[in-house]
Amino acid sequence: MMRFHSFKTLLVLAAVALTAGCATQQTPYDYSAFERNNPSSILVLPPINSSPDIKASYSVLSQVTAPLAEAGYYVLPVAVVDETFKQNGLMNADEMHTAPPAKLREIFGADAALYIEVSRYGSSYKVLTSEVAVEASGKLIDLRSGDLLWQGSALASTAENQNNSGGGLVGMLVSAAVNQVLNSLTDRSHDVAGIASGRLLSTQRYGGILNGPRSPFYKQARLANR
Amino acid sequence: MKLNLRHGAAVAGLLSTFLLTGCAGNQTPPLYHWDGYQQQVYEHFKHETGPQEQIAELEASLQKARSADRSPPPGFHAHLGMLYAEIGKADQVRQQFETEKALFPESAAYMDFLMRNVAE
Repeated sequence: MMRFHSFKTLLVLAAVALTAGCATQQTPYDYSAFERNNPSSILVLPPINSSPDIKASYSVLSQVTAPLAEAGYYVLPVAVVDETFKQNGLMNADEMHTAPPAKLREIFGADAALYIEVSRYGSSYKVLTSEVAVEASGKLIDLRSGDLLWQGSALASTAENQNNSGGGLVGMLVSAAVNQVLNSLTDRSHDVAGIASGRLLSTQRYGGILNGPRSPFYKQARLANR
Repeated sequence: MKLNLRHGAAVAGLLSTFLLTGCAGNQTPPLYHWDGYQQQVYEHFKHETGPQEQIAELEASLQKARSADRSPPPGFHAHLGMLYAEIGKADQVRQQFETEKALFPESAAYMDFLMRNVAE
């Protein structure tokens, strides 16, 4: 009887744990600078690439507009911005990242700039498995005040199916998405990079970016980030 | 067939982004029509297709967005303007930059900067 009882308790606890999966209890992320500066437009600089694959920077850059725009920000046209840098003599991402914020503000008129570094991109072969992984980190800097508004990092990998990362329903959805990528044989790194970019710039995770002025959730769902 | 697979994967990637954002129960549709823009930005960087092909893809995407009564995403018209500049269609360049500016006033400073450069 006692045993049956504790089993039931365990079930209830498990159910609670599953449903509470979204609202993780952690120290609140400090959004005070983000809220104070309240940016409405974001300039994404071509990412610095510290992986061996030269395609990494442009693969990630071409997939950051959707998550940021859906979060409610105006995102400057990434390829046109890249062209403007080059016409002004800044030929690679490392040089572009050293451009003075005041100059960026003057030319592009953006409120904030997102500086991304891609640290992993592509396949690595291990003894039994091959893995395609993309890892990136980002810093959002206000171009008017110079304040650091937000920073975060994210990883996506085809190996996460095997060790059941994530957890709960969201984890299952993520591994399903990665599975679909597995089945498409062309440009897998680029597809995994799309998932990594989406995770990095998600408004719906702990410590994610806040919703911007064009989002219906602007200034509403902030609790979800905390 | 190859193209279809690629396309499917890109859609799956985008879908996963939207699925992930489903956590807090927001069932609102995406703000913009995404079919085309990010793919064509990637094509531009890869240099595997030329500006004319990329323009054709983007113009087709724009027609689809219009018939579905959806807005093209931020940057779409500015990117299209840059591609028209590559093939020397100055009137189209200006028109695309003006459209970007009208849809997204946040782009005004940059669009004016670009149009000054075109004028020179």
